[in-house]
Amino acid sequence: MTTANLTKINHSQLLFTETKLEWLKTLRQPAFTLPALLFPLMFYLFFGILFAKTTEHSAYMLVTYGVFGIIGPALFSFGVGVAVERGQGWFALKQASPAPAWSMIIARTLVSLAFAVVIISVLFIMAATLGKVTMSAQHWLSLFAILLAGAVPFCLMGLLFGLFLPSNSAAAIVNLIYLPMAFLSGLWMPIFLLPELMQTLANVLPPYHLSQLGLAATGMQHQSSVWVHAGYLVAFTLMMFAITVVVYNKRRN
Amino acid sequence: MNANCESINVCKTYAGKPALEDVSLQINGGEIVALLGHNGAGKTTLINSLLGQIKLDAGQCLVNGEDAASRTVRTHRAAMLQVSNVPDTLTIQEHIQLFQAYYPQPMPLPDVLSLAGLTDMAQRRSKNLSGGEKQRLMFALAICGNANILFLDEPSVGMDIQSRRRMWQAITDLKNQGKAILLTTHYLEEAELLANRIAIIHGGKIIKQGTPDEIKQVSNGGEIQCRTQLSIDQLQRLPGVIKVAHQDRRMNLTCEHLNHALSALLQQDFNLSHLTASGATLEQALLAITDNA
Repeated sequence: MTTANLTKINHSQLLFTETKLEWLKTLRQPAFTLPALLFPLMFYLFFGILFAKTTEHSAYMLVTYGVFGIIGPALFSFGVGVAVERGQGWFALKQASPAPAWSMIIARTLVSLAFAVVIISVLFIMAATLGKVTMSAQHWLSLFAILLAGAVPFCLMGLLFGLFLPSNSAAAIVNLIYLPMAFLSGLWMPIFLLPELMQTLANVLPPYHLSQLGLAATGMQHQSSVWVHAGYLVAFTLMMFAITVVVYNKRRN
Repeated sequence: MNANCESINVCKTYAGKPALEDVSLQINGGEIVALLGHNGAGKTTLINSLLGQIKLDAGQCLVNGEDAASRTVRTHRAAMLQVSNVPDTLTIQEHIQLFQAYYPQPMPLPDVLSLAGLTDMAQRRSKNLSGGEKQRLMFALAICGNANILFLDEPSVGMDIQSRRRMWQAITDLKNQGKAILLTTHYLEEAELLANRIAIIHGGKIIKQGTPDEIKQVSNGGEIQCRTQLSIDQLQRLPGVIKVAHQDRRMNLTCEHLNHALSALLQQDFNLSHLTASGATLEQALLAITDNA
């Protein structure tokens, strides 16, 4: 055996390259990046600032549009990105190569998180300047952390979509899930303004629980105990992870 | 240890239909094996088995002596698979750099670019690639890791003659470096020129293996060209002749049995001239073998 086979792959170098190229790939697709960045900002500007009656409304909507903003890149980068590459046969090529699954998953997650950082930061700046939202530093920071960590389960959800959605209709289907799910979770309009039935229904939707956690983190009124919302999200994350592993491995037969 | 890769008595059934039946094939370092067969004969399934991508019903696939599905052998091999499209926002060089990162000791980038004939377009985005350019990129991704076992699934499809010849040269160079190469192709000229050994797969079974010369001997067929006094009708009635064509006075006989046709022709026309006879081409042999299977 040649010495080439005895040396190990440089994992940090691999992750760096994979993440860098995933980032470039995404940036060079303005049709994906611009809507993902602009929609939550635009929506928040209209419904959270211009139409808001009080700064409390603006603060409340900052949380919910923050959740809306971080879900988009997670679902689209994974859901649509993976589905398209699968349809091209590119995914199979990578599976046949020594590329470890984790490097693609971590690289895409980091890119989604980078997008989330940009979206959250701009939303925060808009809220603090145009929306005159005032919060303690601790509230700003915990909201930031919760939104960022909250993107992870949606990355997994997106990956799951990417593994089974047909590649040519993936974008449309992800939108059909993303937008109604956002509305029904009370991300566009406060949940307590929705009819009773829809409020009950929201309990099964992960974005609802994430937004409630965000409200709790900023000292605002939330629907159930923090532990219920956090517990649901943790359970949802674990379930997504388990299903993703099963589906990913099943494709190899 | 030399590079080698083999399937041993591999069986695989898809939805009750056998895709591979007791397939044993070995590819050694410094050797190119061409796997020939109709579409759906089992070529891709066999490659996927050797890539450790599918669960086998029976038998095993080994890469350098280890199970093909095990993690440790993944950097020993690389594949050029058929993809319909390439993610088009990266440059050719970026694609190659990513695949290089998957291997412990990749081939230097300039070497990859030059072997694949991509040096001039390294900075180009992989958008709107022609069929041949796409194949060259896929070839680059297969060789860039310096793996010693290569699977090339229809490597030169869609290429112009010049790039095809350059790729043939590159494949031969890699073989001479000691790599074990499995090639599938529908271009028999390619198989004949490159392969040390040809394996013919039909209905999931390997029905024939041998050097290109050995394979060609299977068919008794061939071609005769001559000038003759016999009429086309008479020629067509000769034993072993299946088709007669002519260009002015020059006759062209396609034979299923060259020896029979030739001896009958010589007996019936003593004034025969301008005679040339050639044995079966690989194509005729392949057709003869798969038709009889």
